[in-house]
Amino acid sequence: MNTKSKISGLLKDNIENFLFVLPAFAIFCVFYIYPFTNMIYISFQDWIGIGPMHFVGLQNYKELMGDKLWWDSIWHAGYITLFALCFQNPLAFALALACDREIRLKRFYRVVFFIAPVLSEVVVGLIWNWILNPETQNGQHIGLLNHFLYASGFPQLVHDWLGDPKTALTTIAIVNSWKGFGWGFIILLAGLQTIDKQLYEAAKIDGAGAWKTFTNVTIPMMLPVILVVMILTILGCMQVFVLILTLVNEGLVNHTDVPVTRIFSAMQNTNRFGYACAEAVVFGIILVSISFLTKKLSDKAKQA
Amino acid sequence: MKTNRYFLWGMAKSTLIHIFLMTVALTCLFPLFWMIRCAFMTNATVFVDQSLIPHHLNFGNFAIAWTKGNFAVFFLNSVIYTVSVVTGIVFISSLAAYSFSRLKFPGKNIIFYMFVGAMMIPLPGSFVALFVLMTKLHLINTRFGYILCMINVGLSMSILIFKTFFDKMPHELEDAARIDGCGKFGIWWNMAMPFARPAIAVIVIFNSLNVWNEYILSTLLLGDSNLMPLQRGLVVFQGANSTDYPVLMAGLTMAAIPIIMVYLFMQKHIVKGLSSGEVLG
Repeated sequence: MNTKSKISGLLKDNIENFLFVLPAFAIFCVFYIYPFTNMIYISFQDWIGIGPMHFVGLQNYKELMGDKLWWDSIWHAGYITLFALCFQNPLAFALALACDREIRLKRFYRVVFFIAPVLSEVVVGLIWNWILNPETQNGQHIGLLNHFLYASGFPQLVHDWLGDPKTALTTIAIVNSWKGFGWGFIILLAGLQTIDKQLYEAAKIDGAGAWKTFTNVTIPMMLPVILVVMILTILGCMQVFVLILTLVNEGLVNHTDVPVTRIFSAMQNTNRFGYACAEAVVFGIILVSISFLTKKLSDKAKQA
Repeated sequence: MKTNRYFLWGMAKSTLIHIFLMTVALTCLFPLFWMIRCAFMTNATVFVDQSLIPHHLNFGNFAIAWTKGNFAVFFLNSVIYTVSVVTGIVFISSLAAYSFSRLKFPGKNIIFYMFVGAMMIPLPGSFVALFVLMTKLHLINTRFGYILCMINVGLSMSILIFKTFFDKMPHELEDAARIDGCGKFGIWWNMAMPFARPAIAVIVIFNSLNVWNEYILSTLLLGDSNLMPLQRGLVVFQGANSTDYPVLMAGLTMAAIPIIMVYLFMQKHIVKGLSSGEVLG
């Protein structure tokens, strides 16, 4: 009798405790686990979104391997990511170093640098779309950039920045970096502020100059933070989509396509749900591998 | 002589640093200034007048955007989505996190690591399968469906932040509440939630930014223009009136100002949330 009530009490306890998790778990299963597994399942089918599915095995994946537009789109996203890694992150680090000291207006800088990251991609994309507008009216350049170039004596530089396949991708990469560097700045600045000031003192006593202190104290101490920023940059830039959508208005499709654009158009324009899911699976694997590799490299660098 | 040289070097260095920082700061602010400036112009002047401050300030664009551009509806929708999603996330994730942190049941760790794993694995194309699911559930073009999807988006991160907070909560607090006759639910509401107030602030801010700025899911799930949030409305408006730049800029300004205000008032929490690394997982 006693043990029985004990067991039923324990059971009731467990059920009660699980009820706390139930809402989260239910939403998670329906809106994450199920779509996740279903995505893999659909990727083996030929399906237009309604009606019966046709199992086609690896056909979607085989076609994807030879799809030049798809690999081009990966390269475009890779280009934007490389641009951010080479310019945006060093800029963020330089700004963080400049702000990591007693300096006037420090709070002002910190607030201003993080405004662009809190704005939506739609807002940023449409503002820059207007600034970069290539049109003229009555001989006047209506876009601010071209007007400025013309008025300040560089008419030869006036250009359709987003319309020319040669410059479109770099222009997008610059706007993307403009929007994104504030994230890195805030995280790196917070990292710099956790470095023990005694380490700098010790380096000074040992006779290390500014550069030596930077390479021997700051960089090694900051390595984990730098890697976090790198991984976040890679994952964020590879998935850029809305910014491009609002910047180019679907104008220059094949030159500025990124993977998410391809997935979107496979689904919405051609109704090829199986193919879209295959693209999504391949893209997911690529992203996980990149961040895994970055992590592995960082562990190696830490040991060395 | 020597100190003088050091002093000069220091002055030059700090001036250079300020020039560098100021240049970047102006680059950040100018496009926003340009947006607001153009919002106060008319279609007749916006293409001709390139002066910094226009001669005539025209406030009509905001009214046009608000009524004819349907922004009143978009704005209200954005507010509805943001408030309901964030409220949902705070309650659902704190309940789950409390159980993960303090209570026991079989399979607890597995479920917890599923949430953590979901945060680590990026799912760039999951919207395809989500669209299929929502069609099946007849939740396309409903507020409820979009809200549920967005709650799911913020769940993992919020559970993790809450759990790290609840783990730090002293056991004495709970014992005292239990002696006072509080049940588990009572302890969660009366003790754990007030204790986690800083975590709630971080979670509310980050999820609000996320919902307010969301675009992809609202595009897929909400085709009815009466249900669209602001970001989607902006793109629709731009597609329909691609040359009406002053009104478009007025719309952009209205979408940007609330988020900038929230940011300015809450930036302490944002910096704290980011720098404590909790948000990064």
